[in-house]
Amino acid sequence: MGVLNFAHGEMYVLGGFVTYYLYGLFGLNYLLALTTSAGTVAAVGLVFERLFFRRVLRITTREESTMLLAAGTALLLDSLALVVFGEKQRGVPPIVPGVYHVLSAFVPAGRVLIFVLALALISAFLLFMQHTRPGRALRAIAQDKEAAALMGVNIDRYRALGFGIGAALAGVAGGLLVTLFAVNAGAGTPISIKAFIMIMIGGAGVVSGAILGGVVLGFAEAIGYFFIPGSVTYLLILVGLIVFLVFRPQGIMGRPWG
Amino acid sequence: MRGLRTVLLVLLAGAVALAAPNGPVNAEQKTLKIGVLGVMSGPAASWGLVNRYCAEASAQLINEEGGWQIGGEKYRIEVVSIDDRNDPKVSVAGAERLVYQEKIKYIIGPNVDTTAAAIVPVMEKAKALNFPYAFSKALYTPPRSNSILGMIASYQAGPVIYKYLKEQKGVRNVSFIARNESDPLNQRTEGVAAAKALGLKVVSSEDTYEPGTTDFTPVMSRVVRQNADLIVLSGVAPADAPLLIRTARELGYKGLLSTETAQDAKILNEVAGKAATGFISVGGASTPQIRSAYMDKFVQRYVKVAGEWNDEAGTKVYALEMILRTLSLAGPKAISDVEEFKKAIPKFQIQNPFLKEAKMLKFVGAPYFSQPRQIGVPMVVNVFEDGKFKALFIGSVE
Repeated sequence: MGVLNFAHGEMYVLGGFVTYYLYGLFGLNYLLALTTSAGTVAAVGLVFERLFFRRVLRITTREESTMLLAAGTALLLDSLALVVFGEKQRGVPPIVPGVYHVLSAFVPAGRVLIFVLALALISAFLLFMQHTRPGRALRAIAQDKEAAALMGVNIDRYRALGFGIGAALAGVAGGLLVTLFAVNAGAGTPISIKAFIMIMIGGAGVVSGAILGGVVLGFAEAIGYFFIPGSVTYLLILVGLIVFLVFRPQGIMGRPWG
Repeated sequence: MRGLRTVLLVLLAGAVALAAPNGPVNAEQKTLKIGVLGVMSGPAASWGLVNRYCAEASAQLINEEGGWQIGGEKYRIEVVSIDDRNDPKVSVAGAERLVYQEKIKYIIGPNVDTTAAAIVPVMEKAKALNFPYAFSKALYTPPRSNSILGMIASYQAGPVIYKYLKEQKGVRNVSFIARNESDPLNQRTEGVAAAKALGLKVVSSEDTYEPGTTDFTPVMSRVVRQNADLIVLSGVAPADAPLLIRTARELGYKGLLSTETAQDAKILNEVAGKAATGFISVGGASTPQIRSAYMDKFVQRYVKVAGEWNDEAGTKVYALEMILRTLSLAGPKAISDVEEFKKAIPKFQIQNPFLKEAKMLKFVGAPYFSQPRQIGVPMVVNVFEDGKFKALFIGSVE
């Protein structure tokens, strides 16, 4: 939709904290806490869209404006999270305790559950985007905003929907991963950077590209850390990314720029 | 127009109210400003915020008693805090603001080697003194003399912990893992040297992880594969320690885990839970078994200021106390002249007010820095059991 949302990591953090308070502290049912996380973060995303992004997208055609706005909202959320949630790391007990020993690998049960839930959510999201009217409208806006508007797509309404869905998914991710990695107020920026790298690898504006980017980065990280000691792994990943972008700046599945 | 004027008046009144100092203030009373400079945002925020909360909690208690007495006069303590965002450039700007604009001579912080080293020229030029939580020996060794280490360094705690584990738990070999940043990497290097000096076999020490890492499985898989008796988490941040421990246990590691930095029991409990049982770390005068009534009072105020207790505060409570008590000994001239403060350092020795047991508190570090440039925080080695820290033994830098 022409917006690179740098605040996605901060939305993830918010989702993690909502789950921490509801499930970890107040003992609410985990699925209810997860749903509330998604709802809360979606509401924040919608407020941001309505108050800031809609206006900026209306009055400017420069992509840098929305990028700067997104970076600004990320900083705002980062600081707010520190004030509201404090400086400490927060975590919740694993949803499913135990570790499976498969061949020579140890696989925590919580990770298996989250993997399955993430697969289900990705499938549901892809089905929504491919086979529903709002999904088609969102893809049309991402491909060509003017053409979509001429075809009768209500840009403001569907952009708000896109923002809401994106934020809700970040909230779900935060709620799922707080059970594995815990969360702290400063965790948003590294997550946003990783999300940005995934998008660069997979291709901006293509849902399956983002998923592919995530898989590629995840494997590169895991294999690198396992076989290469020290800090060489991320150095190699970033050098590889630079070389890759020189030859394919639009990412694996993205459209060529311009 | 009238509405706008009303709004402006309300805003002005609000600004005046915010600018006014809290609590009753004697118009005649002098104020002693103390700076806190450290990382108070981002992933390492807890390090600097704990410094700030400690200084604020102590200052509140002192001010409620009428102030701190130096040379027959009571001073109201005012804490001025600046977030350096763990960035040396911001740290220099913050130090300059504290010493030149706020006219502060005593600063608590910064938290890491890079920021602490960056402000050394500022401290020396402005003739100010700071209390970093960075371990680089160069900061405290002549010709440098304007920095005083605020805690136990890893190269001091490491050998003591390794020796204990070697003698009491039969540890023979050790693996190290460190965050890929200047401080933790230095701590790992010092730790490796200390382990080797004790005759321990270092089976791996090259594994590092990037700041901001949340999934430690890939890097921990390598470390666990070495199957060492002990895994040392070098310079580990309180946010990372529980995840590293949990991951190691999930990967089937059955050995011991330790670190030379202070950790937080609540975070360990929440994130690592039972996996953290047996984890050994360095704390301050924070475990309930060794606290004095004075420390208990501080803990209660800290909770009021910060919202909840942080075990790291048990170490960081010392800085302001040492500054003020040394100023009392050195006399009022030391408030504006740090050379007077420095002259009082070798003479300073009191009963540790934070410990129940009778232990002396003084400036130490001469064997490491060729001059006493370290607060003599007791080396309390803790073990995590039943969801809380228990003091394993109390050692000393000397």
